[in-house]
Amino acid sequence: MSAVIQDPALIEVNPPLVAGDPSYHDLTEKVSQIVEGDVLKTPTKYWITLSITSIITVLLGAMLTFLVWNGIGVWGNNRPIGWAWDITNFVFWIGIGHAGTLISAILFLFRQKWRTSINRSAEAMTLFAVMCAGIFPLFHTGRPWRAYWLFPIPNTDLNLWQNFRSPLIWDVFAVSTYFTVSALFWFTGLVPDLATLRDRATSRIKQVLFGFFSLGWRGSARHWNNYEKAYLILAAISTPLVLSVHSIVSFDFATSVIPGWHTTIFPPYFVAGAIFSGFACVMTLLLIARWTLNLQELITIKHLENMNKIILVTGSIVGYAYACEFFIAWYSGDIYERFTFLNRAFGPYWWAAWSMYTCNVFIPQLYWFRSMRRNLWVMFIISITTNIGMWFERFVIIATSLTRDFLPSAWGFFHPTWVDMCTFFGTIGLFLTLFLIFARFLPMIAISEVKGVLAVQKQQFKGQREIVTK
Amino acid sequence: MSSRTSLISIQSANPTGKKYWRSLNDLADTAGFREFVHREFPAHASEMLDGKSRRTVLKLMAASFGLAGLTACRRPVEHIVPVINASDAENYAPGEPFFYSTVHSMGGHVTGLLVETHDGRPTKVEGNPDHPHSLGAATAFEQASVLEMYDPDRSRRVLQGGKETRWADFDGAVSKLGFGDGAGLRFLSETVTSPSLNDLRTQALKKFPKAKWVEYDPISRDAELAGTALAFGQQLYVHPHFDQASVIVALDFDFLGLDSPSPFMTKLFSKGRRVESEEDLDKMNRLYAIESQFSITGATADHRLRMKGSDVRQFAMDLAAALGAMPGLNVVGNGGADKRAKFLAALAKDLKSAGAKALVTAGPRQPAAVQAIVALINQSLGSACVTYTKPVIDKSNSGVDALKALTGEMSSGQVSTLFILGGNPAYTAPADLQFVVALSKVQNSIHLGLEEDETAAAAKWHLPEAHYLESWGDQATSEGLGAIQQPMIEPLYSGRTASEIVAVAIGNKETKAHDIVKNYWTAQDTFNKPGNKQDAWKKALHDGVIAGMKTAETLKVTVDAKKLATALAAEPKAPTGGIEVGFYPSSSAWDGRFANNGWLQELPDSMTKLTWGNAAMISPATAKAQNLLDGDIVTLSRGAVKMEAAVMLQPGHADDAISIALGYGRQKCGSVGRGVGFNANLIRTSDAFWFAPGFAIASTGKKHLHATTQEHGVIDSLHASAERQNDRPLAREGTAAEYKKNPKMIEEMAEVPELHSIYPELKYDKGYQWGMAIDLSSCTGCNACVIACVAENNTPVVGKDQVIRGREMHWIRIDRYYTGDENDPQTIEQPIPCMQCENAPCENVCPVQATSHSPEGLNDMAYNRCVGTRYCANNCPFKVRHFNFLNFHKRGDEPVNLTVGTRLAEPEITGLVYNPDVTVRMRGVMEKCTYCVQRIEEVRIHAKVDGRRQIKDGEIKTACQQTCPADAITFGNINDPNSRVTKLKKQERNYAMLAELDIKPRTTFLAKLRNPHPELGA
Amino acid sequence: MAVIFPKSSDIILKVLGAVVALGAVGATAAYTYYTWPTVIDTGYQPAQPIPYSHKLHAGQMGIDCYYCHSTVYRANFAAVPSQTTCMKCHMQVKKDSPRLALLRQAADTGEPIQWVQIHRLPDYVYFSHQAHLSAGVSCVSCHGRIDQMIEVRQEKPLNMAWCLECHRNPEANIRPAELVTKLDWVPDRDPAEIGREIIAQKHIEPPTNCSGCHR
Repeated sequence: MSAVIQDPALIEVNPPLVAGDPSYHDLTEKVSQIVEGDVLKTPTKYWITLSITSIITVLLGAMLTFLVWNGIGVWGNNRPIGWAWDITNFVFWIGIGHAGTLISAILFLFRQKWRTSINRSAEAMTLFAVMCAGIFPLFHTGRPWRAYWLFPIPNTDLNLWQNFRSPLIWDVFAVSTYFTVSALFWFTGLVPDLATLRDRATSRIKQVLFGFFSLGWRGSARHWNNYEKAYLILAAISTPLVLSVHSIVSFDFATSVIPGWHTTIFPPYFVAGAIFSGFACVMTLLLIARWTLNLQELITIKHLENMNKIILVTGSIVGYAYACEFFIAWYSGDIYERFTFLNRAFGPYWWAAWSMYTCNVFIPQLYWFRSMRRNLWVMFIISITTNIGMWFERFVIIATSLTRDFLPSAWGFFHPTWVDMCTFFGTIGLFLTLFLIFARFLPMIAISEVKGVLAVQKQQFKGQREIVTK
Repeated sequence: MSSRTSLISIQSANPTGKKYWRSLNDLADTAGFREFVHREFPAHASEMLDGKSRRTVLKLMAASFGLAGLTACRRPVEHIVPVINASDAENYAPGEPFFYSTVHSMGGHVTGLLVETHDGRPTKVEGNPDHPHSLGAATAFEQASVLEMYDPDRSRRVLQGGKETRWADFDGAVSKLGFGDGAGLRFLSETVTSPSLNDLRTQALKKFPKAKWVEYDPISRDAELAGTALAFGQQLYVHPHFDQASVIVALDFDFLGLDSPSPFMTKLFSKGRRVESEEDLDKMNRLYAIESQFSITGATADHRLRMKGSDVRQFAMDLAAALGAMPGLNVVGNGGADKRAKFLAALAKDLKSAGAKALVTAGPRQPAAVQAIVALINQSLGSACVTYTKPVIDKSNSGVDALKALTGEMSSGQVSTLFILGGNPAYTAPADLQFVVALSKVQNSIHLGLEEDETAAAAKWHLPEAHYLESWGDQATSEGLGAIQQPMIEPLYSGRTASEIVAVAIGNKETKAHDIVKNYWTAQDTFNKPGNKQDAWKKALHDGVIAGMKTAETLKVTVDAKKLATALAAEPKAPTGGIEVGFYPSSSAWDGRFANNGWLQELPDSMTKLTWGNAAMISPATAKAQNLLDGDIVTLSRGAVKMEAAVMLQPGHADDAISIALGYGRQKCGSVGRGVGFNANLIRTSDAFWFAPGFAIASTGKKHLHATTQEHGVIDSLHASAERQNDRPLAREGTAAEYKKNPKMIEEMAEVPELHSIYPELKYDKGYQWGMAIDLSSCTGCNACVIACVAENNTPVVGKDQVIRGREMHWIRIDRYYTGDENDPQTIEQPIPCMQCENAPCENVCPVQATSHSPEGLNDMAYNRCVGTRYCANNCPFKVRHFNFLNFHKRGDEPVNLTVGTRLAEPEITGLVYNPDVTVRMRGVMEKCTYCVQRIEEVRIHAKVDGRRQIKDGEIKTACQQTCPADAITFGNINDPNSRVTKLKKQERNYAMLAELDIKPRTTFLAKLRNPHPELGA
Repeated sequence: MAVIFPKSSDIILKVLGAVVALGAVGATAAYTYYTWPTVIDTGYQPAQPIPYSHKLHAGQMGIDCYYCHSTVYRANFAAVPSQTTCMKCHMQVKKDSPRLALLRQAADTGEPIQWVQIHRLPDYVYFSHQAHLSAGVSCVSCHGRIDQMIEVRQEKPLNMAWCLECHRNPEANIRPAELVTKLDWVPDRDPAEIGREIIAQKHIEPPTNCSGCHR
């Protein structure tokens, strides 16, 4: 990209990442004003949305209390279905949490400049999603007050350690590591922008707050130098995490003996699925932000189209994985394996399986058409259906495999209770609440990074403004 | 006795006799902890404050968690209480179990038992090996009777006209009633099997010559007596010797199941089924079952012919004809070359060839005619496998006709005083007798019963009856072998026994059951042999049978074929047509007496797997014809009588017939059994006591959800239908002939590739290595093991709603698979305990090592370490791990509604039934079968203390093994080449389920072998 | 523009960080220490209803432990003597000492004496006295020198880790079975050596798996 492009035709195919060629100051203004605007002057629709989501969050609290009070029995889980919506939601949220780090780290290492205006919100989303995910492993235990036994804390009373052969222990490490690194990564990226806000701050409180969190950033060359280094290192650290976390989550199932779980294809399949759902979720949020906070110039169609391409690819990978599972089930000649997959597609849960195939595999194929990739409505709807589909994927894998395993005598069926539903609904509320707060009080767009892109762009398009703007 | 009672008072403070470091009630005492509980841990605040440390045991971890919150707090005070009386201290040691022999009687069947008591609390019922009707086994009913004893809903008040009064008032009232010559005096009792009570009866009838004593049981042996009366001209008891027979025919006779409330018939029968060597294959007996409802006898049978109960008579006639047992009789029942014809021909041939080793039997539902024909057939075959004895206790005035006569007298006002000694006739009497109405005509109706039931409500007086585990008594088998019923504990609810009431009624001096029984027996000549009466008495108590007593001698009797033929010809033709309804004992409630017993209500029926209720069993074909679906509620009506019941499809049931279990739909009953199921007594009449033709079915359009444990949730017929149920090599079977030809056949049923574990293979070649072998050939699926496990391991009752949700907790379950045609399938029953896999999938997924392997190959489960991720249960291929989804041991009296369903609450007092050697699990933890590790450790400790090094083979018995009437379960040290289990596992038909997963189960199965007649095929 | 944070605030920030870090470590340490059974349980010495002195009876008079705790060698639980046992001597000895008033009263009424329990294990732990005694584990190993205590005190923590120590290498606590109640026994040679011999000869293998103690 660094080479100066002279041929106007190229610009057509490769439009600028920042539309309308704003000045650096315009850019700062645009992003900062969202944060700096008088709290009281925030549009009422914001407050209404926030209060609704907060109420839903309170509902989550109520459900969890009710759960701890009575026991897991208030959920629909039973024998044989020991895990149902609880772990489904866990995997679902962890999956969503993938896009953030992927966009920030991997695309950063690949020098994909177009990531700059979306990575901040993607990272935030990651954090919030992982928080929602974390709720479930904790509260799905029969005795949550004992859940701390899952951590290797020295215990003088029993001298007992964890079972390090258990994938659940691997989960504990994988997820907590992932959360820590993502948080650091996100915060590091924030520092220069926080400094900008500090400098623009008018009230003392804001100055102190932003001042404290910007860690005395002065934007000196040395600061930038260290910053870039740190950012690079963190990117390097978190890249393998993106792959490891969901691989490890998939081990919960892959290492078991249950037909439908015991599958070597799971790690790549889960990672692809996670990125798939993560991008879809980012897409949903961005589109909303783009409309409500009119960021059309910063989040251009090009950004969205690129994301759609990734969604198309990952969606197709997932589809391939589905096909593989069926082939192997047939090829293995194992009667239990064969039955499980027949049962998955044509058994009592056929509707779950088929809604998953439709949403995850068939619908995204629309993105082969450029017009579809660039149509805001289409991409909004697909981003939603994709996440519905991905939730069903987890449900189908986890619950329906359990309903009918080896011994027909031990077959069962799962009926969710209203507690199951409200709990899941509640986590969505929590997620949105956190995101809304973030969107209002922190810079949603990485100002400094976008400026970097803008700089390149400015010299590229020197003297060709008319072409760009037409 | 005194020692035990004194203990009760002590132990009531703490039933386990064990004291604990920081048990919950202590914690409750510290304000700090209480405050902590409410702050950190609201879920348990309430439970922590209640007593019974054994029950709340697992919350101790919550308690030690509490420590974190209040490290500074000093330990609260807890007391130890010594045993008061030194003489007790001699033989008593806290926590050590004691065994006492006693005896149980039901419907004319008597079983000797051993009862385990802990610190004065009866906790478990076992069979008495020395008693001929137990032979060491005990049925589900007998074992569950210990819970019945603690039942808080049991009657505990003397009632006069519904008002509470005292025993003294009753005694006074009775002494005032002058019975004169007894013209207006009547006694109504259940089948009397107690010699001492019988003695009192004779005294009473001597004193009041015009008085009458009627015996009535809704399920009894009257048909047997009537049949022999018809055949031999005198009432006799029939004793089939299944162990000696090589060809056995059961005409509507579920002798392996509900038609034999004593386990000995299964014990004897299984002797002829056991295959442990080449020879045994040829010695195997052959069982033909002809029945309407699909019973476990039918499931065990080599050949089964399904037909309406009323058609059995014709089949018996045809069989007699085919055998030429009755001159001038021809086979008429066959419709051309149908299954019946083939069956009959083969059967006749088989019986002839068996000769003296042939045995034909008829069930208690079949009329006298069939019983008589059967006697004739056996005679003509020269069968040496059946003997007859005279009842030692007179049975001339018993049965439904006697009851009919009595109600007649009652309603015509001839009865001034009626003693109802036990039983619940107001509920069990046939509908047409209008018993309650008749009862209202009696001035002084006195009811002695275990519950304040329907009869108690209708009678003027109600008296609480003492449970057999808490009172003195005696019972004699049908051969007349007596046994003393000794109490384990003083009556919990101040009840009295029937004999005590009769003694009061006839104004005897001795009115204490103990004296009545002891004086009766010590007067017998058995006790008058040289030597001390006391010793003889002690010995009788110790052995549980009265050794060397004179029993009824077997009679040489013959049937006069001609006389019988004319008698049968004279019989009126029974009406036919319409749907025929048959009445059966319930495998949970029996005749209703166990309706309030949670253990039994939750016990899945052997064939239908139905819990918490009964249903109108109907064959799929008939259901289709009537266009009914499983769960449809229908009205069954015939003339004046009608009832509503939910339909349940039973593959293999006779067509155009409905079977329905008695004992449900109780209205005046404890909180557990109230309104559970449908009351079949509403359509049971004295003229058609066992099966009634001509019923009309009409669908009401209402639906009912059956709480079944096996099919629950399996909604699409595609994979659940009978044919598809056993298309996997899980429960394997073959015929003796095939197996003899190719012993590898069982192994070849599943392909097991070469397997390698990624973890280093552990060697289990040192010391004891526990293993189990379950013989599917012997297993009948009688459920005794399930209750044994519940009693031994304190597994909770969860209630109907939770069963529907698939959360029942039985550590051992019995899987039932159908094979073949949906309308006439074969069935196999397979007990599933934990397999104790050597490479247990559950173990390496547990994050906290709550479940891990013992060096002796046990899959240990440390409840107190479990956090409840349920990962182990998910990864268990057999789904034998059970999770406490809710606090199933939480106390209360009524079901607890959680707004997401209800859970049955456990009453305070039933905590006393717990086995103190097993932890009671709180909610949120996983639990499973551990091969009764508490028994293993107990024996190991004793072996050490005695200075013995090696535990003898068979010294340790798991609860399920100990009680199994078919001896199908064998447990032992597989590292010892001479142990029985090792020998069994050496058989070619031994296989491990799902061996292809490389899990190396320690529990293996011996494939079921059937022994079909060559001409009929499998 | 005005400086919000002076240069010094860097130091403050660092110090703050250090304090937080140390605090965390300290907290963990404190938690570990205060939940240590050795700290919270050992030394428990409640007052008993009757000031019974083990030192006097077991120590000076040398009454054998079995005399009162008669079930330990044949049962899992240790029985507490009933007043009748006490009265066997106290009919004559100290007939009317005021300190034995409660005992005499108990003897008359037959109401048991409410002794305060000192050595307690969790409810889900199944400890067997007979197994340990027959293996040759002395009373001392778990209860300490009772014969030197006027009022009994808990000497050992009795927690799982502590149990396991001995179950893993028992030799130090194994002695000839007939000597288990000789609390003052002094071996003439290395006790571990004696222990090893007995272990070899009796094949003592203490369980270290879950079901050894939890059922």
